[in-house]
Amino acid sequence: MVVFYILLVFIIIGAIIAVETKNLLSAIICIGAIGFGASLMFLFLRAPDIAITQIVVEVLGLIILIRATISRDLTFISGDKEFFGTVVSVVIIFMIFLFGIRVFDTVPEFGEPVFAQTSGAASQTYLSEGLEETGAANIVSSVILDFRAYDTLGEATVLFTSIIGATVILRKKSRKSLGDLDE
Amino acid sequence: MPYALCFLLFMIGLYCAVVKKNMVKIVIGITVMEYAVNLFLIMLGYRFGGVAPIMEKDTLESGMQQFLNTSVDPLPQALVLTAIVISLGSLALMISICIRTYEKYGTFDITEIRRLKG
Amino acid sequence: MKGMTVIVKTIASWVKILIILFGIYIILFGHLTPGGGFAGGVILASSYVLVMLAYGREFVQKDLPLSLDSKLDCLGAFAFAMIAILGFVFGGTFFYNFLSKYGQQFKLISAGTIPLSNIAIGLKVGASLFLVIFILSTFRRDTSGSEKE
Repeated sequence: MVVFYILLVFIIIGAIIAVETKNLLSAIICIGAIGFGASLMFLFLRAPDIAITQIVVEVLGLIILIRATISRDLTFISGDKEFFGTVVSVVIIFMIFLFGIRVFDTVPEFGEPVFAQTSGAASQTYLSEGLEETGAANIVSSVILDFRAYDTLGEATVLFTSIIGATVILRKKSRKSLGDLDE
Repeated sequence: MPYALCFLLFMIGLYCAVVKKNMVKIVIGITVMEYAVNLFLIMLGYRFGGVAPIMEKDTLESGMQQFLNTSVDPLPQALVLTAIVISLGSLALMISICIRTYEKYGTFDITEIRRLKG
Repeated sequence: MKGMTVIVKTIASWVKILIILFGIYIILFGHLTPGGGFAGGVILASSYVLVMLAYGREFVQKDLPLSLDSKLDCLGAFAFAMIAILGFVFGGTFFYNFLSKYGQQFKLISAGTIPLSNIAIGLKVGASLFLVIFILSTFRRDTSGSEKE
């Protein structure tokens, strides 16, 4: 339990540094540190699939982020902010935070999940009949590819569409350097 | 109490996405918000002294009831697995918009872009 | 984008094979150990990113051209849709697991359509992510702000 608090404090300090620093490269390195802290936290929360996916996605995300800033001359942010807009935003966010804390009384305590207290929960069926119905020993794989395969189809569609969008946006200037691709 | 720290992380990301002027800082704020939501979903399914939801060869004969009593929730893990890969795709799309705007206007500042019309 | 020194190129050409092997292991054993199609596909994409960073962009353009990469991407998505439609033909509902009674449990060949779906998803995710990183590195500023058509 102490491990969770240590990792969460590390992540919050990294997030505060990433938000407030003036150098863009330091902010991107702090995002990398937050990602590694989150992956360690997933490992201690008994989710090994998610930890593997988080680390490799973190590495590729860092490469994409650095590509946007490393060869541009403008890595320092200059100029002053408007004072009134900043103060109003901070006050509204603080009030949302105070109201949101009250909602956490309705969620069950940390450490006793919902599906252990209700009898007809879907996760009980997945755990007890997952091996006989699908034959897979990894219950999370059988959930995403057999019991709830529509979600995987939707995710493949969203990934496909966003990659096509990124390819189309960056197309016009580089027609000469891609050569004979669009003939 | 760990839920409150997760919510604080989400608020830090929201502050960064609303107040800052640099486009890459806005993208960083959205990324921090996504990490906070994934952490919160996995924390909802944790059980004290739990095991990962993966069966081995000897749980089928001897310990099926014990596996059912100590396993963590597999359903939020399935949702978060999809969400992490989708966040990578949308990060690529946001960064391509930033690069395109920089090539056209020469700056990352969003207030300058509003003034240079036409 | 130019390449790097000779030491980096030599080590990258050895390590690339290990990374591809690890990615294929995570994809194939996705129904027995943690992993699955998504993590394995991202690992496959990152092996090609390593080669691109070490050797320069033109070498990878000859090795894995963009047209072949787009076709691999579409092939992965098409294979996933075909598995779903075959489930409809043989079973009566969309995505029905029509091979789940063959094979023994806890072995490699078991669990029906789940390893096939893992392979299709891994191929699709890997090809997509390598495509987007290649496009991001090809885009370059030609002159100082004027548009050339």
